[in-house]
Amino acid sequence: MAYFLLRRTIGFLLTLFTVSVIVFGVMNILPGDPALTILGLEASDDSLAALREKLGLNEPLLERYFSWILNALIGDFGKSHSFGVPVAGLISERLSMTVSLAISGMVLTILLALCLGIGAAANHKKIGDWGVMFFSQLGIAIPAFWLSILLVILFSVKLRWLPPGGFPGWDNPLMAIKSLILPTVALALVQSAVLARVTRSSALEVMRLDYIRTAKASGFSNSRVLWRHVLPNALIPIVTIVGMQFAAVVTGTIVIENVFYLPGLGRLIFQSIANRDLPTVQALVMMFAVIVVTANFIVDLLYLVIDPRLKERN
Amino acid sequence: MKFSIIKSSLFATVFTTLGLLIIPHSLSAKSNIVIGLQQEPTNLDPTADATASIDGMLTHNVYESLTTVSEAGDVLPELADSWTISDDSLTYTFNLASGVKYHDGNIFDSADVIFAFNRAMAEDSVNPTKSIFKVIESVSASNSTTVKIKLKKKDAFFLFNLAKGDASIVAEETASNNNTNPIGTGPFKFASWKRGDRLILVKNPDHRGAAEVALEKVEFRFIADAAAASAAMLAEELDAFPGFPAPEMLPQFQADPRFRVNIGSTEGEVILAMNNAKAPFNDIRVRRAISHAIDRSEIIDGAMYGNATPIGSFYPPHGGAYVDLTGVYPHDTAKAKKMFEDAGVAGMEMTLRLPPFPYAMRSGEIIQAQLAEAGINAKIEQVEWGFWISEVYKKKSYDMTIIAHTSPNDMGNFARGPKYFYGYDDPNFSDLWGRIKTESDPGKRKLMLQEGQRILTDQAVHGFLFQLPLLGIFKNEVKGYWSSAPVLFHPLKGVSVN
Repeated sequence: MAYFLLRRTIGFLLTLFTVSVIVFGVMNILPGDPALTILGLEASDDSLAALREKLGLNEPLLERYFSWILNALIGDFGKSHSFGVPVAGLISERLSMTVSLAISGMVLTILLALCLGIGAAANHKKIGDWGVMFFSQLGIAIPAFWLSILLVILFSVKLRWLPPGGFPGWDNPLMAIKSLILPTVALALVQSAVLARVTRSSALEVMRLDYIRTAKASGFSNSRVLWRHVLPNALIPIVTIVGMQFAAVVTGTIVIENVFYLPGLGRLIFQSIANRDLPTVQALVMMFAVIVVTANFIVDLLYLVIDPRLKERN
Repeated sequence: MKFSIIKSSLFATVFTTLGLLIIPHSLSAKSNIVIGLQQEPTNLDPTADATASIDGMLTHNVYESLTTVSEAGDVLPELADSWTISDDSLTYTFNLASGVKYHDGNIFDSADVIFAFNRAMAEDSVNPTKSIFKVIESVSASNSTTVKIKLKKKDAFFLFNLAKGDASIVAEETASNNNTNPIGTGPFKFASWKRGDRLILVKNPDHRGAAEVALEKVEFRFIADAAAASAAMLAEELDAFPGFPAPEMLPQFQADPRFRVNIGSTEGEVILAMNNAKAPFNDIRVRRAISHAIDRSEIIDGAMYGNATPIGSFYPPHGGAYVDLTGVYPHDTAKAKKMFEDAGVAGMEMTLRLPPFPYAMRSGEIIQAQLAEAGINAKIEQVEWGFWISEVYKKKSYDMTIIAHTSPNDMGNFARGPKYFYGYDDPNFSDLWGRIKTESDPGKRKLMLQEGQRILTDQAVHGFLFQLPLLGIFKNEVKGYWSSAPVLFHPLKGVSVN
């Protein structure tokens, strides 16, 4: 167990280091000049030079990399080029929005997928199964942004039940929840389509095994067999996909936040790349990397909980 | 568990959730307005960032300048009540409005004007349009309400340029915080800004013109996506979308009795820019052939859904000195083909680097097809803005591109010489522009501006396509919005919601 944790921690640090080199390199190789994007077409050469000096863009590349990394280690991500305020503040004011969306999206994804997947497996080769398979195929095929637009047209424009976008903040919890419903559904429907299919096939595989037949023969009810015997043993592939989908949900927020004009991190990273706002992009990419790597780490730990046999092997 | 049980429990969950939400929309009071904007600013200081939406929201609403500009493009007094110009047109004496206060309570006087100009002119200034201050020799004040500005040379556009957001008068005490907390003297005060979401202004009751201001509260919402903007208007989350990004969505608003659609003009000339310094575009025959190959009406129909006015040179059709030169190079594919052959470029491959704006991307595809018919193989490269401005604009690494030049009085671009991205160097035109800039007689200036348009068309410097329209969608109650945009700012003083 200790060896496992040590190996994972080293892997974690190596991944972050690689990501930091890549994001710094790419952002600096990418054609484009932050000063020019800020000052625009009419900027004179001396204004541009003054701004470059002010933003510290004239320092050597290596020096900039190390000062960025060393400062980041003590929690200082520098000042955003285009916003002119500390990056940490920019991120923290948007964090609650994106975290709320990612969590609600993930929870709804898992709930929908487990219910539909197990339900389909239980009704194998019946109408319910076909229905789930059909709609999940549709869900995989439909792009999230298009689904979002359809949802907005129905629930915001026609029925007027929900706002078409925006996020008022958690000071107003009811409005905040209302604002998150459509984005959550748009995010989750597509993701749960994939997960439902995985759940179904994994459950079907387990249902063919001898001990399920034994359980049924012992007279246990269908639902007890499904939820107590089939699901736990079908979980390994499901958890693996959930771990991968977590990364997809986090990045999926970029698209969703754009369509629902939510002031979250996805929109911030989108805007910062366009503005060549190096400190903000670097900090955000690092943060997303930490989130994804942590999610994978948690998935690995979950394997140990789900399947005790793995503990012995480690 | 049966599948049907899962289904019904699912439905139950969905319905309880929905049940919580069916609450009617609250109606906003009539003196409030919610305005949608596509472009979101990262900074609220127009003297330090060129983002157009900063001017759109704050210039002449929160910030004021010595002068302002009317919808017709006329220069009007603002912080300067009046001014006199010396006989040699080199010394401007401004009489400042008295009793004006900044939103933080500080008194406005001549020291602020001197500070604001010195800040913009300083060596380490990061003003995005520093060029408008380069003509200034000195700024001085004889007392607290009189400012004297001496120019190095005559500048016919000086008073007009002073109205720009870049020349906003800011106070020394607050200037460095204006990027997040703008303090000006204008009719609206900055209230709050939630980055990425909304910016709120409230009426300044102490403003000298407060009696004419109808709006109590102005809320700007930032919606970049065209489909989302359309949905937000249809759901009546917004009262106005003065610069609507998607012309193809206008018909549904035109058909909806709740809305009024306005198609106005901007100062943006959309051009198919050609790198005049680079072969084969240094050959006037090639440029003229391209002008014959393009069909403006097809481009306007396809890219703007018919909502734009064609241009034949580089001057806005609503401007006083406009000459219609759209007939000089009539669309003629056969003739263009022959001209390309004569110039020895038939079948040649050229790149067309397009910035990420719908008008540019759509026009680009149509032009590509039109050039193909005339025997030229144009390769489209879509680039994002950061790339465009550094590679195409600054490093001149391009064959052709499509861009709208949105500044007023920007015919002078063609006099910037080979250093500018046009690569156009014509001593005739540069000399003419020098005279236009210093001519104070409007009648003579008009004639020269017309001559300038003719030169640019004759030289076929670029493919001149159309004037970028200002597409606005408003709820019927919204009144007093400018229908055209002669400048980047948009005063809300005269806007009301009845």
